Amino acid sequence: MHVITDNLSLYRDGLVTTLRICLYSGLLALLLGTIMAACRVSPLTPLRAVGTSWVTVFRNSPLLVVLFFMAFGLPELGINGTYFVFGTIGLALYTSAFVCEAIRSGINAVPPGQAEAARSVGLGFGQTLSLIVLPQAVRSVIPPLGSVMIAMIKNSAIVGAFGVGGDLFSVGENLTSAQGEAALPVLIGVMLGYLIITIPAGLLLGIVERKVAIAR
Amino acid sequence: MTNSVLYEAPGPRAKRRARYTSIVVGVALLGIAAWAVAQLAAAGQFTMNKWGPLVDPSHEYFAALWNILGQGLVNTLQAAALSIALSLVIGTAMALTRITSAPWYRWAVVGVIELLRGIPVVIAIFFAARVLPELGIELPLLWYLVIGLTAYNSVIIAEIVRAGILSLPRGQSEAAYALGMRRSQVLLTVLLPQAFRTMLPALISQLVVVLKDTSLGYVISYPELVQEAEIAIQNLNNPIQIYFVVAVVFIAINYSLSRLAVFTERRLSRGRQGPSRPARPHRTPAATGNATGGGH
Repeated sequence: MHVITDNLSLYRDGLVTTLRICLYSGLLALLLGTIMAACRVSPLTPLRAVGTSWVTVFRNSPLLVVLFFMAFGLPELGINGTYFVFGTIGLALYTSAFVCEAIRSGINAVPPGQAEAARSVGLGFGQTLSLIVLPQAVRSVIPPLGSVMIAMIKNSAIVGAFGVGGDLFSVGENLTSAQGEAALPVLIGVMLGYLIITIPAGLLLGIVERKVAIAR
Repeated sequence: MTNSVLYEAPGPRAKRRARYTSIVVGVALLGIAAWAVAQLAAAGQFTMNKWGPLVDPSHEYFAALWNILGQGLVNTLQAAALSIALSLVIGTAMALTRITSAPWYRWAVVGVIELLRGIPVVIAIFFAARVLPELGIELPLLWYLVIGLTAYNSVIIAEIVRAGILSLPRGQSEAAYALGMRRSQVLLTVLLPQAFRTMLPALISQLVVVLKDTSLGYVISYPELVQEAEIAIQNLNNPIQIYFVVAVVFIAINYSLSRLAVFTERRLSRGRQGPSRPARPHRTPAATGNATGGGH
């Protein structure tokens, strides 16, 4: 186990990089996912079509394929960047499809009477959505949204495997492949790194879930 | 589908306005698409040089390319089928252990489930491929991938099975006990068959997750679809075109599976409620979202 204590700073940096990938991807995914959810429930057919195809494409392709598309496709469109940027955007696009579905199902779970009441006091579509439906929908989507975010943290390991480098997965790969350390202790260290994030996140989610739960 | 939660049936003015806005939005979207196509065309992405091996049967690499991609797809499906079958068996066993376990060792079962749920599946695969050989267990690459995927997915299936059993009405097990059945008989002949029925949609959805995750065989060089595509790309230098085909294959298979899951869910809920009763008007997040939580 001394390999973990010897390389503690490497592991720490890996944890920080993983968290950075997750932070940027998470924010971008929440933003994109909310926009796409709004598209999917909008009265305009083209926007609904965009939302539906977005979800179909990103939910059904493997993250690795999405990442390769980012790395090869974005430069052809004139968008250049590092692997970190491509990886973060790819993870965000992939996750946004799941965020969109979580929010949409939340919107569908809001009783129609709420929106009917909002309309009868004279609120428009935008107001009904942003003041009445979304605040209630967000509360009921916290549990599925939280699981999406935890899944994203775990998926960030794939971004590492894709070649971003420096994250927890890459630390494990480097120590075993390049430096020839025994795999068992190295990878136990990597797993501990992820568990340090995912288990508290799961517990936190449980607490938040109980706090925001609405009795219906 | 019009969503009556958000807006009511539009009148003539709203319809006109919606039509105009739709046209404006549609034109804007087409503009973005045209820009992307123009950029790709300017970069020479639509030349036969790039697409030839994929679409031109007389191209010298046409047969070889589709052959290698086909083999990759077969390997992918093989790994996915083995993983889901093993996960189903082990997951069911885990769920039954968790339900029947005495409190003094239940924490151990729960602990294993929580630990395996907390690690990324790619780490599980990498772990299997690196640690098992160190322990002297040499296996074909396929089995490292299957072991990694099974370790991760069996705990998710265990949770699906447990939820399925717990969701059954209490009267089912009470009636079975009243008939004098033993606990194992109650579980295996009364509860499990019914639980599998309600779980079927969730299990099909999990198959989508497994199929997508077989692409992670890439990190251990198992020759699945993405790995084979990568080899082809190194020789033909047309990444966008080949990954386009790979993405289309995955989306086609997974989309059909998702539709199948929705279809089974509808059929099952119709069978349960009987034809005379109306369907539930609104789906709850738990019903449409990935109820397993750890999937995607």
